[in-house]
Amino acid sequence: MDARVVPAGDAAWLVELPERIDPVVNARAIDIASRVTRARLPFVRDVVVGYRSVMVYVDPMADGAGTIESRLRSILGEPTEDTCARGASVEVPVCYDGVFGMDLADVAAYARCDVAEVIERHLAVEYRVFVVGFVPGFAYMAPVDPRIAAPRRSSPRLKVPRGSVAIAAGQTGIYPAETPGGWNLIGRTPLRPYAPDRSEPFMFRAGDRVRFRRINESEYRATSEWGDA
Amino acid sequence: MTDALLVARAGMLTTVQDCGRWGYQGVGVPVAGPMDWYSHALANRLVGNAPNAAALEVTLIGPELIVEGQVVCAMAGADFEVTIGGGVVPAHQPFTARGGSRVRIGARRAGARASLAVRGGFDVPLTFGSRATHLVSRMGPFDGRALRAGDRLPIGSADQESIGDAGIPLEMPRGGARVRVVPAAHRERFTDEAWRALTSARFIVTPQSDRMGYRLEGPVLAHVRGADILSEAMPIGAMQVPSSGQPILLMADRQTTGGYATIANVITADLPLAGQLAPGDWIEFSACTHGDAIGALRARHASLAGART
Repeated sequence: MDARVVPAGDAAWLVELPERIDPVVNARAIDIASRVTRARLPFVRDVVVGYRSVMVYVDPMADGAGTIESRLRSILGEPTEDTCARGASVEVPVCYDGVFGMDLADVAAYARCDVAEVIERHLAVEYRVFVVGFVPGFAYMAPVDPRIAAPRRSSPRLKVPRGSVAIAAGQTGIYPAETPGGWNLIGRTPLRPYAPDRSEPFMFRAGDRVRFRRINESEYRATSEWGDA
Repeated sequence: MTDALLVARAGMLTTVQDCGRWGYQGVGVPVAGPMDWYSHALANRLVGNAPNAAALEVTLIGPELIVEGQVVCAMAGADFEVTIGGGVVPAHQPFTARGGSRVRIGARRAGARASLAVRGGFDVPLTFGSRATHLVSRMGPFDGRALRAGDRLPIGSADQESIGDAGIPLEMPRGGARVRVVPAAHRERFTDEAWRALTSARFIVTPQSDRMGYRLEGPVLAHVRGADILSEAMPIGAMQVPSSGQPILLMADRQTTGGYATIANVITADLPLAGQLAPGDWIEFSACTHGDAIGALRARHASLAGART
């Protein structure tokens, strides 16, 4: 797979892979990131996977930092295997009813179908977490069924309720905190993608495979971790 | 009772910062940390702390703090009037504040942000290994918010050996700053005219600017094939350009990932200058090479240790 190593400023290096949303490309990015992490280079401060990239943050003043480019090139030359299916399998309950699915009607209008079909199509796919970013624990998942892949809303909401399950531009995701957001809200999960008090605070890692399971409003209330039951 | 500072008046925006929360960006945890890393390190150095000790970052209008016990403090960065019990305290020098006295930090005279370090550092709880405050994700001490009246900041115990060491203060920008940039990984997604405009025109820091980033106003920077990219990690100093063509300079509280092409990166050595700008100030960019950037950073570190370059 083609790879390019370029500086991103003077304190980070970017490994760029072919520019497409593709599990094979993303799996390669995750594989490169884990190889960089395992190398335990003392001048590396952080490693962050993108859809088709790996950002390696370095301390440019640390001993050995000048060798980062050649270290990355040698890591890229190591033999690889297919790691697409290596991520954890995660099931996420979603309630699509009432106010939780406040933008379902808009997505249905975009898809020229009824709301039930939007939900059905959202449930039918196993998604891959390509990137975790934006805010702690936010997972960018794809692919969304092209029929229901509505674009971002023309004007973002100032406050999206936490737990909102949303779709936009071929991606689906869950808001871990109340933040501004421009995606279409189609449901809500009772689970917290980011829970600082949990032994594993983060529900998602890049490479995980995710399935949504429909629950009704009373199941949502009975299992909600948001204190809104 | 441990030594502490009690917040009597919070000032405009006062937060606890260390060198940032590194190692968790892969799960979406932003770095945060000081807007001016140099002055943060210098303030810590003046009181004998390691550079990563937690200090206060004060913004435009400073706080008033009541001393409990006895505290050795130092300010670096923006020029603020600092008084204890009415007596003016010189900048960039350690001073001792005794129990019951009030440290008053007034309005800034030049620059935008100063670091107030205390010997021993602020002993607030760690979140993912850091004491930095990230306002938007509400992470860090005091539930990740800015300080308010009534907050109590306990101070850690200092190393017996700890003695202050002077470095050269950063020269504060007055009305604007010229900073150096290197081309970003996405430079080829912009026209050559865009690059020329970036490196020759004057941009203004708009009111829509904060610790996350500065929205700049200036000539439109045109893309070659659209502004959107597949989301990837964004370093501090990256200049993102959305389809409007008006760049956003990403600062300390930036999100971990972004979806707009970046044209340039402000070099680490000049981030402190950018961090001292306020809305209404101008900013200009001059191009340099990666090697120049590393050399400039080395010089910055030498002046932190007191060497004139």
